[in-house]
Amino acid sequence: MTLGWYLAVSAIIFCIGVGGVLVRRNPLVILLCLELMLNAGNLALVTFARMHGGEAGQIFALIVMVVAACEVTVGLGLIVAISRRNLPVDVDKLHELNG
Amino acid sequence: MSPTTWGWLVLLFPLIGTVTIGVGFKRWGRAAGVIGTVAIALSFVAAVGALLSLLGRPEGGREVTSSLWNYASSAGVDAKLQILVDPISIFMILVVTGVSTLIHLYSTAYMRSDRGYARYFAYLNFFVLSMLILVLGGNFIMLTVGWAFVGAASYLLISFWYRRNTATSAGIKAFVINVLGDVGIVLGTFFIFRHTHTVSYLGSFKAAPHVFHTDSPDLVAGCLLFLVGAFAKSAQLPLHTWLADAMEGPTPVSSLIHAATMVTAGVYLIVRLHPFFQLAPTAAEVGAIVGCATLLVAGTIALVVTDLKRVIAYSTMSQIGYMIMGASGGAYSAALFHLMTHAFFKALLFMAAGSIIGAMAGDQSLDRMHGFRKAMPFTFACFLIGGLALSGIPPFAGWFSKDDIIAYLNNRGGIWEVFGILGYVGALLTGLYTFRMIFRAFFGDPSPEAVELEHGHIAHAEVPRNPMTGEEEDTDVGFPGPEHVIAEREWAMKVAMGALAALAVVGGFLQIPGVDHVIENFLSPALAGAPLAAASHEPSTSTAWIGLIIGAVIGLVGITLAYSVYVARPGTSARLQRRLPAVHNFLIHKWYFDELIDFVVVRPALTIGRFSQDVLDRIVVTGGVTGGVTAAVRSGGAAVRRAQTGFLRYYAGALIFGLTIVVLYFLISST
Repeated sequence: MTLGWYLAVSAIIFCIGVGGVLVRRNPLVILLCLELMLNAGNLALVTFARMHGGEAGQIFALIVMVVAACEVTVGLGLIVAISRRNLPVDVDKLHELNG
Repeated sequence: MSPTTWGWLVLLFPLIGTVTIGVGFKRWGRAAGVIGTVAIALSFVAAVGALLSLLGRPEGGREVTSSLWNYASSAGVDAKLQILVDPISIFMILVVTGVSTLIHLYSTAYMRSDRGYARYFAYLNFFVLSMLILVLGGNFIMLTVGWAFVGAASYLLISFWYRRNTATSAGIKAFVINVLGDVGIVLGTFFIFRHTHTVSYLGSFKAAPHVFHTDSPDLVAGCLLFLVGAFAKSAQLPLHTWLADAMEGPTPVSSLIHAATMVTAGVYLIVRLHPFFQLAPTAAEVGAIVGCATLLVAGTIALVVTDLKRVIAYSTMSQIGYMIMGASGGAYSAALFHLMTHAFFKALLFMAAGSIIGAMAGDQSLDRMHGFRKAMPFTFACFLIGGLALSGIPPFAGWFSKDDIIAYLNNRGGIWEVFGILGYVGALLTGLYTFRMIFRAFFGDPSPEAVELEHGHIAHAEVPRNPMTGEEEDTDVGFPGPEHVIAEREWAMKVAMGALAALAVVGGFLQIPGVDHVIENFLSPALAGAPLAAASHEPSTSTAWIGLIIGAVIGLVGITLAYSVYVARPGTSARLQRRLPAVHNFLIHKWYFDELIDFVVVRPALTIGRFSQDVLDRIVVTGGVTGGVTAAVRSGGAAVRRAQTGFLRYYAGALIFGLTIVVLYFLISST
């Protein structure tokens, strides 16, 4: 089925997102990678909605977009707060919460 | 109104009195005494109302119960706030409220200068309320509640002068021993409840003959546990040691609680539970043996004790020994009759003793009291009437009631006749120690205090001292007040003592063999089911009169002995003391009961306690349990702490790793 290719694309994008989150140290890039993961999920949801012929998956995709927008707001707010305090923009250097 | 409505009213007035005085104790001042006295007087009126209303009913319907609400009625438990109004409870509430009213009246004068005046009346009203709950309660739950309340009230009043060390430790001793009795009552109730499946008196009495046979082990065990409660409350061997110490309380308290009412609760209990005791003759015999032993032991101790109030306290134990013996043997109406007359003359004796102690400026030692006869004629008359009634001299009240018990026991025969004869020995001791008190305190050369009083002035000590230890005391709150009062100068004390003296003279006429049987006839509906209370067991009129005459002669012999020892040939007692030092030592140490209890109970308990503290608590609990748990938690925390590195990418990696594992698991398990 041709729908399988959509899922393959979704999986590839998800893995690129994961790799980005794990490898990169700039919080802005990590945020972008998170968006990639979310959109990969969206793609999978829409695909499955097409596969089963229902609307639920598409509605879920819309909701995920809303959540993603909120998440970006929070994340960007954090990054702005970090740069305002002249802290290093590097997640590896922000490790005060260790045990 | 129905008898039960009156019964609830009897309980209501002391409750109102307690709450009113207790809540507004700062505001009332002198009025507290009036409120307290009026509350109890109204309660007495309600008790009379209950009596009249009960007498208006046919004989078969004189057992009335009423319950206000259920505490719990599930799984076969029928715990209700219930009262039972029957001749026995009416008899008891009349005695309790009547004597209490007079003692409240006496207290308004006696406690006048005490800084804890309002507190005193709040406690005293609370005591009367508790005692009335005890005797009016219609089931074992109410009995237990009343039983425990009475113990608490007794503790509060014994320790009333709470800055006296001797008083507080006496209060603790009384409370601990009384709680032992409470435990007996509760456990005994369980034994009965297991078989009868009801906690109400009437229900369990009805069920008892069907579920128990004579001397069933469970019934005997239950009755013995009830007896433990009765012995603790009524100061019978070996739980009697608290009563002598309880004399640390104010004298009116000794009069009300430790002579007239509370200590007779054990007798009430045996009479109330007579259907059980009739089915368990073994338990009844144990009760009689203990009663008889207490009668003799306490009587001998009373011969040597030199503290006026303690002599009367030992006399109380001894007289309650008669009642317990009689009630166990089946002489229910005689035991209650003696309970009533004893309440009259013993309360009177204590009141008169309080008057002398007032004249002695708080000193209670018989060694220092002499010749108060001229200085205190009214007190002397009252003490003499009380003493004659106690010794069983005709025609005073004690003569009829005590010999009623002994005649019943002699008539029953067998082992009971032995108890009857020992009862006569007790009567001899009674006459002896009673008149030892009278001859020492009222006869002979007047002591300095008596001389001072003859000149119209009450002696006051330079500094107030604790009569037991001689320690110097304050007259502030928590100590006796600065003023000393004597009956000759206080109308309230005079009225109370005069009324009791009159009752001690005529109280016995209620039941004269062959003439009238007021008490027996009144109680008979409640005792109708008891074979031992049947007419066949009652002594005939002629045997009863022979018993009365023997009793009177023995009482007179006791008095004559006391006269020859203390008046005709003074110094005889000192000679006897020198001649028989071992006997005197034995008696003055109260048969070494305190030491025995110390050795058998207190020391082992202390040893076990020390062991628990040193070994169980310190090593096992603190070291093992507490220490082990904290060490485990701490080391676990230290191990897990390393996982928290603070690196965001590390967390994300762990998250994704875990997610991958979960997804793989589901993928593999689904195929």
